[in-house]
Amino acid sequence: MIIVALLVMMAITTVVIALRRNLLAVVILAGIYSFLMATVLVALDAVDVAMTEAAVGAGISTVLFLGALHLGGGEEMQPLHKPFLPLMVAVATGAVLVYGTLGLPAFSDAGAPIHQHVAPRYVQEGLRETGVPNIVTAVLASYRGYDTLGETTVVFTAGIGVIVLLRRLRRRKREGKP
Amino acid sequence: MKDYLVLRVIAKLMIAFMLLFALYVQFHGDFGPGGGFQAGVIAAAAIIFYAIIYGLPAARAVVPDRLVETMVAAGVLLYAGVGVAGLLLGGNYLDYFVLARDPVDGQHRGIFWVEMGVLITVAGVMLKIFYLFAGREEDEG
Repeated sequence: MIIVALLVMMAITTVVIALRRNLLAVVILAGIYSFLMATVLVALDAVDVAMTEAAVGAGISTVLFLGALHLGGGEEMQPLHKPFLPLMVAVATGAVLVYGTLGLPAFSDAGAPIHQHVAPRYVQEGLRETGVPNIVTAVLASYRGYDTLGETTVVFTAGIGVIVLLRRLRRRKREGKP
Repeated sequence: MKDYLVLRVIAKLMIAFMLLFALYVQFHGDFGPGGGFQAGVIAAAAIIFYAIIYGLPAARAVVPDRLVETMVAAGVLLYAGVGVAGLLLGGNYLDYFVLARDPVDGQHRGIFWVEMGVLITVAGVMLKIFYLFAGREEDEG
């Protein structure tokens, strides 16, 4: 019930974001959207993900958006083209995704394939094998250690990419000055 | 926002607790929700909060650029190093069972250092991106 209410509020936030032209309001609404999403994740008992959503989605990205607004100005341009073709593409994609969810097993269905593969072993043997009561940590850091190493490398690569892009701009500017 | 007394005082009070919460999320991640990624983001958010209230130069004095850039690479190296340590001790790559005499202790040790690596890289990358974005204006001016 609470999840439905939150999802309705998220949908309203999205529509308002699409309609607004003032980008400061859009950034704040995007932060609100992230907080609503974090609340949904808490309601789904995924506290780890909720923490990340609240800290990254609502916190750090809002700050970065505000920084970008400060550099680039706060009003969105009027659209150059009619929005009907993008709207149709978006509606068609959404319809395909909704059609896809019809084939999924019901929410929290214990017989779903994803709960039959390796998950039972993690749940039953995780505490004995790793001594870590939080199964999320046991899976992330131990059973799926390779994947997490890959994820950390992705974060590293993203950071290096931003450093390379923004730093080069700065140096060129410095060289340009007499 | 350097001139707002209320913000400065409240920020000073809150930042200590934010950093403490980051440490809690990091080291209590075995038992409660959380882990390296969450702790790294929360720690970075605390420093970003400090930078917003006290200005970017003040934050750069506390956490210098050189340290942040070292953190970006050091975390991944620490994570990969745990795997190499497993190899040297006669196990497979990222095999924690060989890290201590008791396999469960080895798991604890491996998870601890791996999560530490994630924390260092994530906090470093978040801070670096923020520094670069927030520092653009100074360089252009």
